Amino acid sequence: MSEAQEFKYIGQRTVRPDGFDKVTGRAAYGADLTLPGMIWGKTLRSPHAHAKIRSIDISKAEAHPDVMAVATFKDFVTLQSESIAAGEGSADVLDLAKNCLADDKVLYHGHAIAAIAARTEQAAKDALSLIEVKYELLKPVMDVEDAMKEDAVVLHDDMFTAGYEEKPARASNIATRVEMKMGDVDAGFADADVIVEREFRTPTAHQGYIEPHACTVTYDEDGQSMIWCCTQGHFDVRTSTAKVLGMELSKLKVVASEIGGGFGGKTVIYQEPVALILSKKSGRPVKMVMDRDEVFIATGPTSAAKLKAKVGIKKDGTITAMQGWMAYEAGAFKGSPMMPGVMTMFTPYDCPNVLVEGFDVVVNKSKVAAYRAPGAPQAEYAAEMVINELAEKLGMDPIDLRLKNAAKEGTQTIYGPKLKKVGLVECLEAAKNSPHYQSALPEGQGRGLAAGFWFNVGGQSSVTVNMNTDGTGTIVEGSPDIGGSRASMQMMAAEVLQIEPKHLKPIIADTENLPYSQGTGGSRTTFATGMAVIEASEKVVAQVKERAAAVWNVTAEQVDYADGVVRNTAGEDSMTLAEVCKGAEKTGGQISGSANINARGAGPSFAVHICDVAVDQETGKVDVTRYTAIQDAGKAIHPGYVEGQLQGGAVQGIGWALNEEYIFNEDGVMENPGFLDYRIPLASDLPMIETIIVEVPNAFHPYGVRGVGESGIIPPLGAVGYAVGNAIDRKVEELPCSPPRVLALIQNG
Amino acid sequence: MAIVIFSSELQKLTGEEQTQVKAIVFKDIVAEIANQYPALEHDALMKMAVAIDGEIIHTPFLEKVAPDSEVHFLYRISGG
Amino acid sequence: MAKTHVTTSINGEPQEFLCEPGDTLLDVLRNDLNMTGTKEGCGSGDCGACSVTLNGRLVCSCLVLGVEVEGAEVGTIEGVSSGDGLHVIQEKFLEHAALQCGICTPGIIVSTKALLEENPNPTEEEARYYLAGNLCRCTGYDKIIRAVMDSAETLRGGA
Ligand code: FES
Ligand code: FES
Repeated sequence: MSEAQEFKYIGQRTVRPDGFDKVTGRAAYGADLTLPGMIWGKTLRSPHAHAKIRSIDISKAEAHPDVMAVATFKDFVTLQSESIAAGEGSADVLDLAKNCLADDKVLYHGHAIAAIAARTEQAAKDALSLIEVKYELLKPVMDVEDAMKEDAVVLHDDMFTAGYEEKPARASNIATRVEMKMGDVDAGFADADVIVEREFRTPTAHQGYIEPHACTVTYDEDGQSMIWCCTQGHFDVRTSTAKVLGMELSKLKVVASEIGGGFGGKTVIYQEPVALILSKKSGRPVKMVMDRDEVFIATGPTSAAKLKAKVGIKKDGTITAMQGWMAYEAGAFKGSPMMPGVMTMFTPYDCPNVLVEGFDVVVNKSKVAAYRAPGAPQAEYAAEMVINELAEKLGMDPIDLRLKNAAKEGTQTIYGPKLKKVGLVECLEAAKNSPHYQSALPEGQGRGLAAGFWFNVGGQSSVTVNMNTDGTGTIVEGSPDIGGSRASMQMMAAEVLQIEPKHLKPIIADTENLPYSQGTGGSRTTFATGMAVIEASEKVVAQVKERAAAVWNVTAEQVDYADGVVRNTAGEDSMTLAEVCKGAEKTGGQISGSANINARGAGPSFAVHICDVAVDQETGKVDVTRYTAIQDAGKAIHPGYVEGQLQGGAVQGIGWALNEEYIFNEDGVMENPGFLDYRIPLASDLPMIETIIVEVPNAFHPYGVRGVGESGIIPPLGAVGYAVGNAIDRKVEELPCSPPRVLALIQNG
Repeated sequence: MAIVIFSSELQKLTGEEQTQVKAIVFKDIVAEIANQYPALEHDALMKMAVAIDGEIIHTPFLEKVAPDSEVHFLYRISGG
Repeated sequence: MAKTHVTTSINGEPQEFLCEPGDTLLDVLRNDLNMTGTKEGCGSGDCGACSVTLNGRLVCSCLVLGVEVEGAEVGTIEGVSSGDGLHVIQEKFLEHAALQCGICTPGIIVSTKALLEENPNPTEEEARYYLAGNLCRCTGYDKIIRAVMDSAETLRGGA
């Protein structure tokens, strides 16, 4: 593709096609479907963080007149350990089942044990107390350091650390150890004039989507079972649910409702198979909606992590060596995003000598789920804090230091290939020239800056564009729309078909109406599903040309298509797209185009953020006073929603850096499972979030798209963390910078 | 011949930083190097993503590799 | 337990329902009256997704009992737009891309309407504090605040 493409529709701020339904309350989300005869399911959850289940007695519950069905782990088919594609990469199907309903052990406070269906939600809730569970309490293991100790209580006695040359002799809480390196860090550090090495901690934080997990299901003996749920990937819900229930894929339909936020957290199953069991047993449709506290205690937070970063630098600002160490909490089952943490930690920098070691560690907390650029914010936070400290030590501008070492086309990454064209330098330059960076820092405030890198992903997307006889069309896609992606699909199809976007209606098809499409996540939808939309639309154009050519007795090559009109270049004839579609009956049947692709060539998106804060010296409360987010979008299809992704990511990162954390008591019970005490940012906490969209096209996408959903959550941790340290003249290591922690730093020096 | 460059993790199993292979399709590269280095498991390699000349491909089974291509195995990345 | 018969008015239309003593107004709206435009994000008064007006006052419907609305005027998102199209606030939310997932949107629009009826000319800070009870996890509030300020200006008949 050329660097300066001219677009007719792309880059405009159109009104999203699903907007009307969403501002009027008509849009149907996870909890909004009611079926005739429907009953309600509720889950019994463990009050303990770690215990053996001695027995579960459901007889009293089953005998109660209100109770229509009870489900426990015994209702799953007998499962073998097996890795399946499940939203966030892959998961072990046995772990998945044991997370939906505990087998012989509860592994965290909130772990589901059994579920009850009854005529009303309240009746189901009330009946939960009739289930009798006998526990044998075990010592909870609540953080990575304790979990990694030689004499730690072990969560799974069949888990042996992978990643050592020899299989360890003893079971351990360390699921995997990884080391990636290039060059020689010892030699690099020997070359350095200044070395900074620090340790960091980040808390357990939750995606915090406002819509709780919800589903309505119906089980059908004849093989027309259905799940309606809010998910980022309904095809993956079908795969996982069918697997744990031993069903054929063709006998289970999953319909993606509108989804009220996900950020990675709605890529896994929790209630869906349980609800199906309840439906099967009761013969009724079953609805299950989590309460907010269930969302906090039992669904995917992101990994708390302990990290070390060490960077060596020459006086002139050349980085000579970078070394990292990280231990990520996976929660109750293996599979933290430690690996991408290792891979992204130092990727914004071009340095020949890098060594990073990572550990995936199980603890007695709920199993982590993906959260925006999973694994990257923690690791890059540690790296960026150290880079900023080095800049300060050298008396160098932090942007200049980064520019001197910035990763660019040809930079060798630690994970293998050299980078293709990327936009970090452009983002840094935009940051340097931004009104924010050019402004003087108000007296008494602190300023911080950080960069962020995320790969972005491609993957499988299926799309069909069906043309109607009046020349309008339907874009049938399989990627749930969380942030307005239907608007982008509409614009990309409009660009190819050269008709106004409003004549094209994008819909999210269920699993029966379209071939497999991977879920929305990893910033893949605008990139990969967009590519499929473009390809499917191009097939429509090709057919339109062929039909017109046949009518005019010329070849398709002699026909031109522009502005929604086909023209015969060998004569005077022309037809509008609508005319061709209207006559399609006579020229070979209706016109449609399909593309089922496995997109590759996702382009990394770099981000740079600048943050100013004011700190109340008396209370330790931090206020963000000014914030700017700069990011390379490749090409912004709908700038309004690109800005929205930058702003939303930035604010989630600000929340993570300033206030959000799980607080556990000594028994491993979460003490703040609600929005009152787990404090996500409010409108009154924030300034406007200034944005600068940088566009360095991704050569592998027809329009240059990179995907923008992930990277924006990476820089805030370092930018905010450093700004706070700068304001109070202390070294911040542990997040969040909540008032008590900041006050302690101020007081203890 | 295409150059396959091993990550530091894979080097523990291959003992070498890189090798050259004559295959033209990804699956044949895997077969070839699994053969060359018995410590590398064929199935485990097949589960990895690959970067061919810098383009990351998650399911490269039938992917074509040019004679002068540079091939890296890497972990599959998903996302939020 | 015996259900209570309640007579009320929702979005200007007379409405009757039977409810359990413990049912919240939110439960009644969503489960009994099938008015699912009002959303539940927490059930504890912390997120504002369930915002409605009760005799003109902004409340969290998850904190109001169904039986409490006897004789009252309830206003929900379903009543914001009139027959002939969207309310200015709804249009401005769309124009400014002030929603992503949209789950917070009905509550925020109901709150914004209440704000602008109370204070047609709010400062940005007043708008931010008025909406502090409405959580949005997707947008970072920037575009929401812009939509609110623009709505205020348009409703005042400004440029
Ligand atoms: S549901 Fe009522 S405030 Fe959250
Ligand atoms: S738009 Fe998703 S919570 Fe506000």
